[in-house]
Amino acid sequence: MKIDSSLPLEYSTEENRLKIFGFWIFLGAEIALFATLFATYFVLVEGTGNGPSGEELFKVPTLMLQTIFLLTSSFTIGLGINAMRLGKQKAMLSFFVITLILGLGFLGVEIYEFVEYVHEGATIQTSAFLSSLFTLLGTHGAHVTLGLFWGTFIILQTKKRGFTPETTNKAFIFSLYWHFLDVVWIFIFSFVYLKGMM
Amino acid sequence: MDYFDRFAVPHPSPAIYASMIAIGLTMIAVVAGITYFKKWGYLWREWLTTVDHKRIGIMYILSALLMLFRGGADALMMRAQTAVPDNGLLDGQHYNEIFTTHGVVMILFMAMPFIIGLMNIVTPLQVGARDVAFPRLNAVSFWLFFMGAMLFNISFVVGGSPDAGWTSYFPLAGNEFAESVGSNYYAIAIQIAGIGTLLTGINFIVTILKMRAPGMSLMKMPMFTWSILITNFIIVFAFPVLTVALALMTMDRLFGTQFFAMANGGSDMLWANLFWVWGHPEVYIVILPAFGIYSEIISTFARRNLYGYNSMVISMVAISTLSFVVWAHHFYTMGHGAMVNGIFSITTMAIAVPTGVKIFNWLFTLWKGKIVFTVPMLYSLAFIPIFTLGGVTGVMLAMASADYQYHNTMFLVAHFHYVLIPGTVFAVLAGFTYWWPKMFGFMLSEKIGKWSFWFITISFNVTFFPMFITGLDGQARRMYTYSESTGYGPLNMLSFVGAIGLAIGFALILYNIYWSTRYASRNISNDPWDARSLEWATHTPIPEYNFAVVPTVDSTEAFWDSKKKGFKLFSGKIEKIHMPNNSGVPFILSCIFFVWGFAMVFSMWIIAIIATIGIFACMTLRSFEKDHGRYISVEEIEETENKLRGAK
Repeated sequence: MKIDSSLPLEYSTEENRLKIFGFWIFLGAEIALFATLFATYFVLVEGTGNGPSGEELFKVPTLMLQTIFLLTSSFTIGLGINAMRLGKQKAMLSFFVITLILGLGFLGVEIYEFVEYVHEGATIQTSAFLSSLFTLLGTHGAHVTLGLFWGTFIILQTKKRGFTPETTNKAFIFSLYWHFLDVVWIFIFSFVYLKGMM
Repeated sequence: MDYFDRFAVPHPSPAIYASMIAIGLTMIAVVAGITYFKKWGYLWREWLTTVDHKRIGIMYILSALLMLFRGGADALMMRAQTAVPDNGLLDGQHYNEIFTTHGVVMILFMAMPFIIGLMNIVTPLQVGARDVAFPRLNAVSFWLFFMGAMLFNISFVVGGSPDAGWTSYFPLAGNEFAESVGSNYYAIAIQIAGIGTLLTGINFIVTILKMRAPGMSLMKMPMFTWSILITNFIIVFAFPVLTVALALMTMDRLFGTQFFAMANGGSDMLWANLFWVWGHPEVYIVILPAFGIYSEIISTFARRNLYGYNSMVISMVAISTLSFVVWAHHFYTMGHGAMVNGIFSITTMAIAVPTGVKIFNWLFTLWKGKIVFTVPMLYSLAFIPIFTLGGVTGVMLAMASADYQYHNTMFLVAHFHYVLIPGTVFAVLAGFTYWWPKMFGFMLSEKIGKWSFWFITISFNVTFFPMFITGLDGQARRMYTYSESTGYGPLNMLSFVGAIGLAIGFALILYNIYWSTRYASRNISNDPWDARSLEWATHTPIPEYNFAVVPTVDSTEAFWDSKKKGFKLFSGKIEKIHMPNNSGVPFILSCIFFVWGFAMVFSMWIIAIIATIGIFACMTLRSFEKDHGRYISVEEIEETENKLRGAK
């Protein structure tokens, strides 16, 4: 394995560079996937049937809590990658742990929100609007859940193996994924919640 | 026993029972055969766990051939049923099932994997790479496709076939009108195969953009590689739409969501839109690589370099862009108004322009060429006029107002077979014959190949040309029978005769493989066609590392230059080569996917949850695994090289 020491560790081997580039392409596919879900939501947003509309459902406190959790986690994972570049393993691990805790907080609030909706009689089967809402939010939430497991694995591996071309590469790719989820959330925040509440 | 009732076929017939027995016996025979010849170890080590792009490509092609005969059997039954008026061979339900599976199998499990198979074998060689960017991911892609195909294919003997057409429009494909699990099979089997295809897309984009031989700038890539690059971009941006559409369909059918429902705010039109936003680019996913194959073959056998390289590339990029903005032309008659129909008419007709540019480029490549009439070249030459006929009828269909006459008639069926068969099928047959010696070290018989070419080309026209006429006369597609007074009888009989001819042509291809495997000469050169691109610059059979020394390139036809102008292709010295290790995980992961899919189809939730955990366990395993691959030493490479040179 040729290691190019002029580059950061996560870019240092050819395999690593391929993986990072490949992941960018994968994110392109993810954009297409979420774009389709958003399009579906926009088509069906008026299709409330006999169920409640977004205006009746959406609440500010849970929304703000979710947003603060996720946006902050995107910042802390950035700090984690910065620490990784500086070679500070302890700081990197701490920031990753904070990121995942914030992610867990986000997920907790989202689950609470879903339970609330169901209590109000708004289930995924009630109307096309709710089907598309739950699917869009649920897909994003499922991505966060997957990220929690993935991030935990990376923390464990970094702790055990230290900073190697492999572990730093995984951590860097994971950070790309996490930032992407944040970007999707910004769109959900603006075009689902804000637009729905106005 | 109630539990097992769900696996019964809801609409059985003696033919289905016979198929069950035949499938059972075949499986027993295969298992017994492998055990008797003690080939389990060989199968596992050399094929099931392989990550070599050449072997994966061969497995793709074998599966595609298998599916060609499955889809072909469906087609023969359709033509037999409609051969005479008021025929009672099949009833309406069986006919519905057969045209549905014919469409799905031919597009998703025959055309695509055949193309992906050729692209697996050829692309890394053409760019001078040792493998694809992510070899293990490539194995995952293949096995997911394979398991998806198998899941789809067992539908007709376990639980019932899908019967809502390959487009599965709602509400027809909803629970109300499609009660059997058939449409669940559709949604889940295609989903599994589709994930595999998406991963292939990512893999090949990275391979082509990042792993080209030194000196091969983008505009010096062979045309086939260009077509593959563009195709994979279409895959990456179109397949997620299918993923979502199928997921929504699955939820509507299994979890009672309201996406495509007729009440509670749902929209059945949403399905049609989502399906075709993927479906139309899909057409170009199977046709652009075909254009690439023809470009290689025509330039090789006209003994001239490809005319208009830049315009070939630009036209493919234009086609790929336009392919995303024409989807509504599939349902002009659904009433979205003159404005929308007008816009989609124009974008659709615009595709004829870049396609026309390509047709003229091929003609100019042939102009004054010293044409060699080999089997691949015959397919390519036949492609040009027949495909043009398909293209021109496409422009007729593109006119929204005129489409009200053609819509859902046999005219449409004739049109898309006129583009897909000479376009994709001829191309994969040509490519298959052309690259066969590189894959297996001997050539297919030209004589038998020419027989099958003439059978296929003539029978194709006999089968499908009459449909233009009956379609204009108003014969609707997907109707299982018609009365004698309509007068469609004689032309439908002609189609049936043609279909038998096509079957003979394809059977001859199998015979050709058999005959050539037994009798063809093994003493061929590395470059039997006198070709122009890098895949012919390495040995036959290809060593696992492809090139002992990575080639250096300075033109679009570096290999041709090395033969004719003394260009030095291999200038470095042999160094140790890093290769990936084989892995059983892709195969096992895909088997679990199969179980997951089967459980989902039949709503067996406990098994589905266990399988889901299994899938994530495989991914976790991969995350913690340390696999740095292995090195092939210089001595080993030199030994292989000497042996391969000695054989010639």
